[in-house]
Amino acid sequence: MTQEFRLKDEGLIDRSKKISFKFNGKKYFGYEGDTLASALIANGVHLVGRSFKYHRPRGFYGVGVDDPYALVQLIRNNETIPNIKATEQELFEGLEAKSVNCWPNVNFDIGGINNFLRIFLPAGFYYKTFMWPKSFWYRIYEPFIRKAAGFGVVTHEHDKERYEHKYEYCDLLVTGSGPSGLASAYSAAKNGAKVILAEDKPRFGGSLLTSEVTIGNQTGKEWADKIVTELKEMPNVVVKNRAQVFGYYDHNMLVMSERISEHMPKTEKFMPKQKLWYIRAKEVVISSGSIERPIVFGNNDTPGILLSSAAKEYMKVYGVLVGKKPLIFTNNDSAYETAIEFKKNGINPIVLDSRKELNSDLITEAKNLGIDIKFEHVVVNANGYRKVKSADIAKISEDKTNLGKIENIACDCICVSGFWTPTIHLASQSGGKTKFNEDIDAFIPSQSKQNETTVGSANGIFNLNDTLKNSFEAGYELSKKITSKENKLSVPAVVEKKNSKHDKFWCVPLPKGKKYKRFLDFQNDVAVSDIELALREGYRSIEHVKRYTTLGMATDQGKTSNLNGLQLVSNIENKVVPEVGHTTFRPPYTPVSIGAIVGREVGKHSKPTRKSPMHSWHEKNNAVFVDAGLWLRPRYYKKGNETLFDASKREAENVRKNVGVCDVTTLGKIDVKGPDAAEFLNRVYTNAWLKLPVGKARYGVMLREDGIVMDDGTTTRVSENHYHMTTTTAQAANVLSHLEYYLQIVWPELNVNVVSTTEQWAGAAIAGPKSRDLLQKLFPETDCSNEGLPFMGFIETKLFGVYARIFRISFSGELAYEVNVESDNGNFMWEKIIELGEEFKIQPYGTEALSTLRIEMGHVAGSELDGRTTPFDSSLEGLLSKKKDFIGKRSLQKEAFISPDREKLVGVVPLDKKTSIPEGSYIVRDANAKLPNPKLGHVSASCWSVEYNNPFSLAIIKDGKNMIGQKLFALSPLKKKSIPVEIVSSHYVDPKGERVRS
Amino acid sequence: MLFIKCPYCGIRSQNEFAYGGDATVKRPELNKEISDKEWDDFVYNRKSPRGKHLEFWHHISGCRQWFKVHRDTATHEIFKTLKPHEEL
Repeated sequence: MTQEFRLKDEGLIDRSKKISFKFNGKKYFGYEGDTLASALIANGVHLVGRSFKYHRPRGFYGVGVDDPYALVQLIRNNETIPNIKATEQELFEGLEAKSVNCWPNVNFDIGGINNFLRIFLPAGFYYKTFMWPKSFWYRIYEPFIRKAAGFGVVTHEHDKERYEHKYEYCDLLVTGSGPSGLASAYSAAKNGAKVILAEDKPRFGGSLLTSEVTIGNQTGKEWADKIVTELKEMPNVVVKNRAQVFGYYDHNMLVMSERISEHMPKTEKFMPKQKLWYIRAKEVVISSGSIERPIVFGNNDTPGILLSSAAKEYMKVYGVLVGKKPLIFTNNDSAYETAIEFKKNGINPIVLDSRKELNSDLITEAKNLGIDIKFEHVVVNANGYRKVKSADIAKISEDKTNLGKIENIACDCICVSGFWTPTIHLASQSGGKTKFNEDIDAFIPSQSKQNETTVGSANGIFNLNDTLKNSFEAGYELSKKITSKENKLSVPAVVEKKNSKHDKFWCVPLPKGKKYKRFLDFQNDVAVSDIELALREGYRSIEHVKRYTTLGMATDQGKTSNLNGLQLVSNIENKVVPEVGHTTFRPPYTPVSIGAIVGREVGKHSKPTRKSPMHSWHEKNNAVFVDAGLWLRPRYYKKGNETLFDASKREAENVRKNVGVCDVTTLGKIDVKGPDAAEFLNRVYTNAWLKLPVGKARYGVMLREDGIVMDDGTTTRVSENHYHMTTTTAQAANVLSHLEYYLQIVWPELNVNVVSTTEQWAGAAIAGPKSRDLLQKLFPETDCSNEGLPFMGFIETKLFGVYARIFRISFSGELAYEVNVESDNGNFMWEKIIELGEEFKIQPYGTEALSTLRIEMGHVAGSELDGRTTPFDSSLEGLLSKKKDFIGKRSLQKEAFISPDREKLVGVVPLDKKTSIPEGSYIVRDANAKLPNPKLGHVSASCWSVEYNNPFSLAIIKDGKNMIGQKLFALSPLKKKSIPVEIVSSHYVDPKGERVRS
Repeated sequence: MLFIKCPYCGIRSQNEFAYGGDATVKRPELNKEISDKEWDDFVYNRKSPRGKHLEFWHHISGCRQWFKVHRDTATHEIFKTLKPHEEL
């Protein structure tokens, strides 16, 4: 297929490399260096999609990030990606793309009927229409709207692409490689600064790629190429293309997304698709350039109508003609460059200029080339549905209110130029103020908040000479501040054409009796009439007008529409634009893939995994693991076809009957050292610590200042000034921060140091009636008798030559010991325990059996100490010292905490002794009471009591201690269960605690 | 993301730190009789100023020291950082 609109040799594309691609199922060809947009235009394709609300045909309006229309669905590596701009997507062999927001296809779209129903779809249509009847919203309206709306579809598949993150620091970040960006970067780099230069397009140079200027003795493009080449070779400079700086955050942190491989077919498995750069810059130069503004006229969204600068870039960069019968509609000089470019390529354009006849370098040149120029003329309306066919034009009065006789002229494209809007997004995101510049009818940055400087056309400077001068100066001054060097470059001489003043004209009036739709926002179908309606209905604040009409919303964020919208609002309100103000600029400047934000922190990489030294033994012995914070802990060790229930029951029974061993490495461990350690513990824990002798452990509870239990655990006095504290697995990090807070801020006079030793020790709990026999085998030299190592006793000894600590503490309620060795010896210890335990029928047990054992003993854990319970609630009041003060003690006097109504810990047994009570069930008096059924409390933990062979649960219920013996109900609407239960003591097994002391 | 100068380690990114609340609150002395109001002021009642705020931060992924930050809550400007017992 021939590319009918491709020029013979103009452009920067490589005509020797032909690329085939598919659009809407049809095969086309383009060249290397094309975008999907330029290749489609070369093939005469201008219809790419349908608009958001009215499903009007959509073509191309811009040439890059400015384009509000050309969104497509891209298929790459069998993945479907929505919200891809055809003007940004580079062509690669085998590329496949589809139109969006149309059904059954882009040429015949059923939704196009909205275009004819549009009088029923005014601004605020959804808010007005779908409010009634209320029940319809959820079932009918919302699903329908969701189906009808949207620019493409997201996949339900996992994103298989790789995205990377990078943190970078630099002296100067330059955002954009147009003349101002190149000059600033070059001048700063030559003065020794560490510079990052970011360009969102594949090619560097910005406007220099398309403008007819001379810098020094080179063309603009040659100069840009030379500077970029030189910058790339400098060791203190990072130069990136396809890199969009999209957000300016606090403390000069900017975020940039770099497209690494989206512009090519995937070849390497681990090639990232995008890289997200977090850049902390000492100084930022915003050289983001400017975007041409549309002029508003009837049906100005018809495909074939586009920005004049885009038409020029399609010719000069891509060698593509947007049309062969062009009409150029302008209020300023820059569109003449487009006209001249058409003329050079053998096409005769007609220029309509809203201004009175005048002369300038460009206008004179156009006249000399014989270009047909109609001054004081405007386009009133465009004709054509899927592509513009002709334009209604007219002479316009000087005050721009009256139109002359309307004349129809044929055209196949209309190139519009309503002057330029500086891209101030980043400057505004930084927190800096903006001001309205009357000379250019647009906002420019005024007062900086962070270390940023805006240069070039982003700062409203539209001539190259001043741009280069200012940018060289900015680069030098900023770098001097940082490097203290004074290597100043001279600014090259510039030859450029002088522009005459633009016309303050942006909207063509409607001819009498005509009601053409004149669009302001092309992506969201917001027309002049919608804004007028919103204002009639009383919306005043520009932020409200935006949200009511959707002006400037959606993925293009109003890059082409905002200023014309503001002009309209201020005209109607008889205000000036700065009084109306602009809406807030927020990041991101362009859409960012969610995957890029997430980066490599997906799946297993989303958080670190902590494993105990015995992990591989557990794996080899069929452990089924469970996440405990970051830790992986064995939940149970599966034998044959056992279920979780069978296995944990077997393991728990074996602890009660023989002996079991459990990996308790994950418990938090903190070394507390110093002469004031005892005093410190005495303040941190609720019970007394001053008299704990060396070689003894004690159970302690710590509170938050608000009186709620924070954590519990045992702490052992290893030597005079050295304590070994244990915390729960979940609270380990919080407890350490808590202790550090009190030591560093509240009581700095205490001479105490704390440090986490969690990972230094491997721990094994040996529990069961035969545990002492086993311990004696493990430590034949040590006196393990009840007298030698009594309950809560501690000794340091050797396990077959390896340093070991034995703590006689118990969580299971059985006679039990905890053995700690240095982590590296963990596996040795474990294997010895298993080996020597064989004769005592030892079995390893997991967290599920551990829970069973503690629940039936009535020992509280995380599900009871849930951040809402006081020591009274969790049956820990016996540990509250009356003699001394401690953290949180004063809160316990609070009326609410001593109310008898508070929920307290009890045990629960089903009356049938068979039905397990789901955790989270509510305890109620009457199972059939009217909803909401008054709740007495909830079931916090459930198990199958191996001691009594029936289900047992812990619950926290109102006035718990006085409820013992009562027959109530446990309700679980979620599991559809209603279970008659009896309230019993939480100490279900061995209430006197004889076993641990035996 | 903020850039915070730890008085012990120097300037680091915010993700190394944890926020620690109002640094002007003083814990009542131990064993001292105080009213419910005084206690509530210590435990619960905090001002939420728009503007300058003296607050604690904890360098959890660094030196693990607590320190004070004088920050503007509206602009995030950090005026000064101090060791816990230094005054503004």
